[in-house]
Amino acid sequence: MAKKHKKNKRRDFLQLSTVTLGAVGTAAFIWPFLKSMSPAEDTLAAGSTEIDISAIEEGQSITIKWRGKPVFIKKRTKEEIDAAKMVQASDLRDPQDDADRVQKEEWLVLVGVCTHLGCVPLGQKVSDMKGEYDGWYCPCHGSHYDTSGRIRKGPAPKNLDIPPYAFLNDNTIKIG
Amino acid sequence: MDKNRKVHQFKNPVLNWIEFRLPIISYFKKEYGDYPMPKNCNYFWSFGALATITLVTMIVSGIFLAMNYTPHTDMAFDSVERIMRDVNYGWLMRYIHSNGASFFFIIVYIHIVRAMYFGSYKYPRELNWILGVFIFLLMMATSFLGYTLPWGQMSYWGATVITNLFSAIPIIGEGLKTWLLGDYNVGNATLNRFFALHYVLPFVIFGVVGLHVAAVHVHGSNNPDGIEIKSNNDSVNFFPYMLIKDTVAMCAFGVAISAVIFFGPNLMSEVDNYIPADPLVTPAHIVPNWYLAPFYAILRAVPDKLGGVLLMFGAIAILFVLPWLDRSKVRSCNYRPIYKWFMMGFFVNFFALGYVGMLPAEGLYLLIARVGLLYYFGFFFIITPFVGWIEKPNKLPLSISDVYAKNITPNIGGSETVMPSPAMQKDTNL
Repeated sequence: MAKKHKKNKRRDFLQLSTVTLGAVGTAAFIWPFLKSMSPAEDTLAAGSTEIDISAIEEGQSITIKWRGKPVFIKKRTKEEIDAAKMVQASDLRDPQDDADRVQKEEWLVLVGVCTHLGCVPLGQKVSDMKGEYDGWYCPCHGSHYDTSGRIRKGPAPKNLDIPPYAFLNDNTIKIG
Repeated sequence: MDKNRKVHQFKNPVLNWIEFRLPIISYFKKEYGDYPMPKNCNYFWSFGALATITLVTMIVSGIFLAMNYTPHTDMAFDSVERIMRDVNYGWLMRYIHSNGASFFFIIVYIHIVRAMYFGSYKYPRELNWILGVFIFLLMMATSFLGYTLPWGQMSYWGATVITNLFSAIPIIGEGLKTWLLGDYNVGNATLNRFFALHYVLPFVIFGVVGLHVAAVHVHGSNNPDGIEIKSNNDSVNFFPYMLIKDTVAMCAFGVAISAVIFFGPNLMSEVDNYIPADPLVTPAHIVPNWYLAPFYAILRAVPDKLGGVLLMFGAIAILFVLPWLDRSKVRSCNYRPIYKWFMMGFFVNFFALGYVGMLPAEGLYLLIARVGLLYYFGFFFIITPFVGWIEKPNKLPLSISDVYAKNITPNIGGSETVMPSPAMQKDTNL
């Protein structure tokens, strides 16, 4: 009886270790396949881009492509900066001070994708509708953004995203 | 609908719920649980399972490669290089896929050798054999289409040579070729359709494999002695005995293929295929993939365009009728003292054909190919039908258990020698 018990324990151990090894092996086999679906090296390399901003006039905004998405780079006017600063952060849906959204006051850098359902808001061109707060206006479902890119009216839950960026010098911005 | 249908009862109510509506659980239990395997089956009988696993691996790795591949003449080569350099583990997936193709053929060739040597194609498993040859044919087509996709020099010129085979057909040949290519030459239209077909054919193969397995399960597996199961003593259940045995085989296979994938991934590929396709320059020496080389040797051995093409396709077509060419009732070559040697000669000959198929078609190589061609067809048309008449087969054991009980070793020379083997005695005690 004691011998039988010992035998069973050995069999249990063998079974358990075989199944475990099989499971680990299967997982190790599946991992490279799943990993292959995440961005490839060349995609990651395209994840940062350098922009010459010397030609941008005050009040002008350009759109560049970063990771396949539009990024707005706007050189704000004095009035726009003041308008953005005057707002009390606590009154906002997504409370944030203008100072927390810019590195240099006159330069506003935004991911130009509406935080509601991903459309590109209008406001880059002079002829565009800019919405009630003179920033950007999303034509899909009517979200209004102010001169700091913050959500003020409409269905969008969040302010326009700020991408990671840095000023390499006075004339060049590196995004990503 | 049969109201009195007997429904299996399980302890688990969820299983019962499913089983009542779709008797899939009892099906799996019957086909992969209690399914009786002849207890004398050796490791040759694991190659069917290995082939299935390889097919699934090829489909999975292929799907993931397709996510990063571009079937366009301007971008195909670069997209493959991108897979090798930039895509995470892309090199691994491509090497699994390219070496997997070679190993798939190694396994299937061993599987076919098994079926031929032990007479698995004979009554009542002829349809099973036919489905198997059909799978083999589909595999050759799929691998050829896949070899075109990297759009290297070998891809391009291989596709050119193979599609030109169709131009050998009188009258309609040229038109047929142009229709297949969708262009006057191998071009973008060709690459696009080859990719579409290369993607879909493996699923067709998978379906035919399903029929192939269903067919073998009707009369059960053949075995090294080529006699049917007569009682429960002759068989073991698939689960766990054969499953464990197949798993051991799979581990050995995994070690072998990993060794090649990680330490010699280009052993079985051609360097010229790392040169982008150039329609204006043919490489000095075009070779097919090694697994198609025996048939390529037959093509080149014939000094006539149409004749070569016909004999090459004939060499495959002849396999379909093998069950009717062989008149002997004895399945296993272990009990056929004369045919056994011709059969082994056939395997050696096939290997030799493959060897010269990879070399230039000149001088001695051409002579070997021609002799090999004669033996190939002579084996099917003359040796196989007639040896059955003159040969006196060895005495078959009464049952599979009988093999072990009497310790009969059916072996070379044809005499029944009694050999007391400790391993066999152990088996009898099971």
